[in-house]
Amino acid sequence: MSGFSGAAAIAGIGATEFSKDSGRSELRLACEAVLAAVADAGLKPSDVDGMVTFTADTNAEIHVARSTGMRDLTFFSRIPHGGGAACGTVQQAALAVATGVADVVVCYRAFNERSGVRYGLGQADGPAETGADSAAYAWLTPFGLSTPAQWVAMFARRYMHEYGATSEDFGRVAVVDRRHAATNPAAWFYRRPITLEDHQASRWIAEPLHLLDCCQETDGGQALVVVSAERARDLPHPPAVVLGAAQGSGDDQHMMTSYYRPRITGIPEMGLVGRQLYAQSGLGPADMDAAILYDHFTPLVLPQLEELGFCAPGEAKDFVAEGNLELGGRLPFNTHGGQLGEAYLHGMNGIAEAVRLVRGTSVNQPEGVRNVIVTAGTGVPTSGLVLGADR
Amino acid sequence: MTSYEDFAGREILPLWEGPDPVNVPMIRHWAEAMGDRNPIYRDDAAARATGRPGIVAPASMMQAWTMRGYAATVEGPDAGARAGAAAGARELDGLLEKDGYTSVVATDSEFEFHRELVAGDRVSVREVVESISPEKSTALGTGRFVTTVRTYTDQDGEVVAVQRWRLLRFRPKEARAPRPRPAVNRDNAFWFEAAREHRLVIQRCAGCGTLRHPPGPCCPHCGSFDWDAAEASGRGQVYSFVVNHHPRHPAFEYPLIVAVVELDEGTRLVTNLVGVEPGEVEIGMPVVLDWLDADPDLSLPVFRPQSGIAA
Ligand SMILES: [Zn+2]
Repeated sequence: MSGFSGAAAIAGIGATEFSKDSGRSELRLACEAVLAAVADAGLKPSDVDGMVTFTADTNAEIHVARSTGMRDLTFFSRIPHGGGAACGTVQQAALAVATGVADVVVCYRAFNERSGVRYGLGQADGPAETGADSAAYAWLTPFGLSTPAQWVAMFARRYMHEYGATSEDFGRVAVVDRRHAATNPAAWFYRRPITLEDHQASRWIAEPLHLLDCCQETDGGQALVVVSAERARDLPHPPAVVLGAAQGSGDDQHMMTSYYRPRITGIPEMGLVGRQLYAQSGLGPADMDAAILYDHFTPLVLPQLEELGFCAPGEAKDFVAEGNLELGGRLPFNTHGGQLGEAYLHGMNGIAEAVRLVRGTSVNQPEGVRNVIVTAGTGVPTSGLVLGADR
Repeated sequence: MTSYEDFAGREILPLWEGPDPVNVPMIRHWAEAMGDRNPIYRDDAAARATGRPGIVAPASMMQAWTMRGYAATVEGPDAGARAGAAAGARELDGLLEKDGYTSVVATDSEFEFHRELVAGDRVSVREVVESISPEKSTALGTGRFVTTVRTYTDQDGEVVAVQRWRLLRFRPKEARAPRPRPAVNRDNAFWFEAAREHRLVIQRCAGCGTLRHPPGPCCPHCGSFDWDAAEASGRGQVYSFVVNHHPRHPAFEYPLIVAVVELDEGTRLVTNLVGVEPGEVEIGMPVVLDWLDADPDLSLPVFRPQSGIAA
């Protein structure tokens, strides 16, 4: 028996009736089935912390979680390839439970395959998509709120209002990114640093965001190879050991538009990731020697610093202004230039930079780096890593 | 160069006599087509019984006696409109065209009738410009109201009717692309249907009474799948807002204000602010509901500053 064998079990099952025309949304079917299974297991929705479904499912985890009263999720995963995914969902759940990444994982699949989109009819002339992800945009795009910059700007304005942050506070993040990119030959903005005045003078994209608050758009690829730490020791480079790896989806989670929470100045899903990373690694903010923080837009770097415990809520603007993100500062940040300066590769290039930092090979290598914290996209269900030098 | 003011009093249609005299068959056809059963248009004796000299023509036929007829219509607008038109008409058309007022819509017609027409009358008409308004902004576009007076006279040159006729000659508004369509499904259709009736509603759990927006199929608090919709008061305040500049979508005017408004009921929604300049918007600003009929299929709740209503 290998690895996780015997470490997990199925404790509850639940379904809707099976019909030719359910008369309800696919999301509702998913909610009914999930609630039934959770009840069958003798649990409450708020006990669930992991979800697995098919990539083919129209009911994204966040819609099911929000509707059924689940709260924080630490594991969510999807399996591709249609019906081939079925047992794979259970395998994912078992792996998560066996490794302690999640305690209660729900696997689900729900659709109106007869009354809605019939796979048997083929792909031509399909009806307009009205699944839960598409319907989520119904509250945004008719009003002209349709780009990531606009979605982030809504959080940024409220953050400024509550904490007294200014556009210049966001601009300082861009200046650090571009300063680091300027000495990185791989960066798009190599040798092209900016000043705070440049930032302030750049045109509006979506007030309060200037052009220079927004990352570039990039064509490119980035890959990473993961092996056991033991095997890594026999390979050419010093290992960047995965000391922590965590996912997070917060209470009342939406895609970049979680505007309905009691407060919108924080990024609770990032706090959830951070707490797991520190628990897994046995380390804390003080042990982090550098940070690669997701920077598609500068304003959301500030609450990341707060959620990850580098400063108190509302104090990130001072933490940045004091120079802590610089190479000689307390927490050297985005030493590759970030997505504003190096490239926008959906955060994957940042993980590579964290590996270089642990190896000691960054073009902007600070001294004495052992542990690096890395974050993924903000405003969405997210993830993070703590990579460290071999001990 | 001629200006619009100079046109007051200019003749745009010289005296023109209708092709047929007033006659009983045309009166009868007209009355039948209109469903008008008044015997004074059909029955000579009945008309005489009312003290009239015989069958009379309905007043609404006044224009019909001087219409140019089918041939002029099918030969195209130039042949129709300009056959017999005065130099004044051509000059005015040229001026309007030069200024881009390429579209036209009739907005008013006021008649003043001096006497009823009887069979045998010959009707003529002459049209003179009364006034041309300064440029106005209208729902259709920017344009000028052209008011003319058409004087209808009989075979003796006596006035039988005067018609004040008003056209809006305008530059059509640049057609905007329709706003992005919401994906309407079983979970949110009620909200968009209510919006079409200009009602802002909030989904309410039938189990525990909790309001929720955006809506969903079941209640995160009590798990109930039953719900109804409460009508919102339409009052709230700006919770946050953005001013969009780039990229531009052809459905919107920029800069575009998008706000998250917190309703008095406690739920929030994404919306647009109207009646306020981007620089005047503040978080916490009280706002009230207004409606935007974006197009025939889509009505959306928007908000304006509360003070704007009082003003
Ligand atoms: Zn409820």
